[in-house]
Amino acid sequence: MNLAVLVSSSIDGLMLGFIYGLAAMGLTLIFGVMRVINLAHGAVITLGMFALYLFSVQLGLNPYLALVLTLFLGLAFGVVMYFISVHRVINAPELTTLLATFSVDLIIVGVGTAIFTTSPFSVNVDLGTYGSGEITVLGTKIVAVLAAILITVALYYFLYRTRIGKSIRAVANNRSAAELMGINTTAMLALSFGLGTMLAMISGGLIATLFTFTILTGDDYQTKSFVIVVIGGLGNPTGALVGGILLGLLEGIATLFMQPSWVPVIEYVAFVLILLLRPNGLFGARA
Amino acid sequence: MSPRIPRSLWIAALLTLAVVILAACAPAAAPTSAPATAAPQPSTGPAPTTASTGGQTKNIIIGFTASQTGSNNVESGKQLQGLQLWLSDVTKAGGIKLKDGTVVMPSLKFYDDESKADRVQALYTQLINQDKVDFLISPYSSGLAKSAAIISEQYGKLMITTGAADDATMEQGFKNTYQLYTPASQYLSGAIDLLGKLSPSAKKIAIVYSKDAFSTTVAQFANTYATSHGYSVVVNEGYDPSTTDFSSFINKIAAASPDAIMGGGHFADGSTFAKQLFDKKIPAQMLVLLVAPPAPTFTQIGDGAQYVIGPSQWEPQVTYSADAAKAANLPWYGISVTDFTAEFKAKYNADPSYHAAGGYMAGLLLQKAIEDTNSIDPTAIKADLDKLDLLTFYGHIKFSTDAKTHGKQIGHEMVYMQWQKDASGNFVKQIVWPLTAKTADAQLRKLP
Repeated sequence: MNLAVLVSSSIDGLMLGFIYGLAAMGLTLIFGVMRVINLAHGAVITLGMFALYLFSVQLGLNPYLALVLTLFLGLAFGVVMYFISVHRVINAPELTTLLATFSVDLIIVGVGTAIFTTSPFSVNVDLGTYGSGEITVLGTKIVAVLAAILITVALYYFLYRTRIGKSIRAVANNRSAAELMGINTTAMLALSFGLGTMLAMISGGLIATLFTFTILTGDDYQTKSFVIVVIGGLGNPTGALVGGILLGLLEGIATLFMQPSWVPVIEYVAFVLILLLRPNGLFGARA
Repeated sequence: MSPRIPRSLWIAALLTLAVVILAACAPAAAPTSAPATAAPQPSTGPAPTTASTGGQTKNIIIGFTASQTGSNNVESGKQLQGLQLWLSDVTKAGGIKLKDGTVVMPSLKFYDDESKADRVQALYTQLINQDKVDFLISPYSSGLAKSAAIISEQYGKLMITTGAADDATMEQGFKNTYQLYTPASQYLSGAIDLLGKLSPSAKKIAIVYSKDAFSTTVAQFANTYATSHGYSVVVNEGYDPSTTDFSSFINKIAAASPDAIMGGGHFADGSTFAKQLFDKKIPAQMLVLLVAPPAPTFTQIGDGAQYVIGPSQWEPQVTYSADAAKAANLPWYGISVTDFTAEFKAKYNADPSYHAAGGYMAGLLLQKAIEDTNSIDPTAIKADLDKLDLLTFYGHIKFSTDAKTHGKQIGHEMVYMQWQKDASGNFVKQIVWPLTAKTADAQLRKLP
């Protein structure tokens, strides 16, 4: 194997991994705070893609300005989605919240298919190519990685350094105790769901700057997100980011040594092995 | 945030793993489940108008499923539009007129198959047993058409397949199924011939394909054809149909330095692959992809679309005509290419794709057989289709009568289009192969 090809594929995989990680952070944050497995996660990622498409292609905004708008839209959409579909069943068994979010998934995909069909869409962003020879990196990927890092740092600052963030962590640790301390738990849960949705939509927006997408594309990222949160530890945002990077690297490097159609098999074998051997994920979990 | 893996996640994980392993091992889906008994509401075409002739009017129902939801809904929608345009033309003409004055008035009955094979089997059973349709047309895609063909053959109901190019489906000794599309085995052979003509020094081909039944079949035959013509196939690998990032795969392809890259799958993966090859500056002289390039939206990927070649069942630029039929010593039948294109544009405000042409042709073929036989008797119509050999706006139509490959398309030829730029820098779709149908010379791929 040519070393340059290995290095190039490792870089490609690493960069893709940051975006996977960002997408998975939304899923793990929601689970960590309220024990809800959000089956609308993939549909929300797709919404992020289409939000970016509408803002940048239809309204003519700069794609990265559109990304900022997508961020706020994601937060608002998540809060609304929480009150409509999750709040009333938040204390019900896991299967109930699973079905509630699955219903939202079906609605989003159904309405999206009616409006956009399953035709592919793309947002053509060209920031050039950097590097030389066999090692080249797209400008759009560099920006996507920087955005993923920036958002992760901002999320951690918010959760660990702000009063509201600390309230969210308190709710995650012990909802009843947090309520006794005067924390508005409903507001914190809604905000957490909004943040998780925001992360999913922003990752969808970043993916849209790189790849073609359809209304059904989110399903693939949702499945990858499940793999990632299990690798990284359910409820652990840092683990999700690291899990995403590991998955991206695995995809990048494994492709060089086998038929690409076998790479998902390797991923899911790793997924099941981690469930069996380290059910808390490679990095455990903490608030 | 204490972790606990929910049981549902365990079950999802194990199921997903099983599905992924099966998908990787067996690219061609073989539906085996028995038809279910669903009772959805059908959609129907326009109600037939009363015939103005003094003869008897016979109403016939043409049944099929369309993928109004799910992954095939775009292509299937276009196929449906073509078929509905045919019905509109027949209705405007007062029906299909037989020699004895009888007027045959067709109507359409269809259901949404959700792009799912199990739904297709249930719904075709319903179309035959409950709706009592007279003739069937296949759903879009090789996989769904295969499911439908199993049912239509079980019940001995005549079916025209359109939107389905899989060879294997038509090599099972079917008796009542007739294929309109050029089979998948011939999708890339013309492209390999074109490479030989355009770049005689080219020796290395990379064949990369989506791991679905259709693309895998195309790739297998392309590999055989390329090897038999002296090419070295330096990469011959499939990828998961849902792949969105080809970066590492492209690095692997680039390391083999192919002169041409051929394959792909469907629109989303094909357009993404073409864009990423361009972004990574891979200097292959020729890039030929299935399905994606003929779509007008392919140029949304920007300069990466330039020079990309795509095989197509039909394009509005094709030159099939009554004169061409005379020159080929074939009978000509039906609407002209220009009239079909103009009518389609007027009705749907879009250029017709080959899916739409296939849909129209499916109806036109039944119309031709009904006119030839002056009846709606399936046995007579089947006998007529067996001996049919004619040129239409869609091209040459002839079916195999060999027992093993009965109904397989053996007359129709692919055309190859290429996205080129005109003097003003705008994208123009040109037919570059076969030479007899070309609108411009093919161009080798160049990087800016």
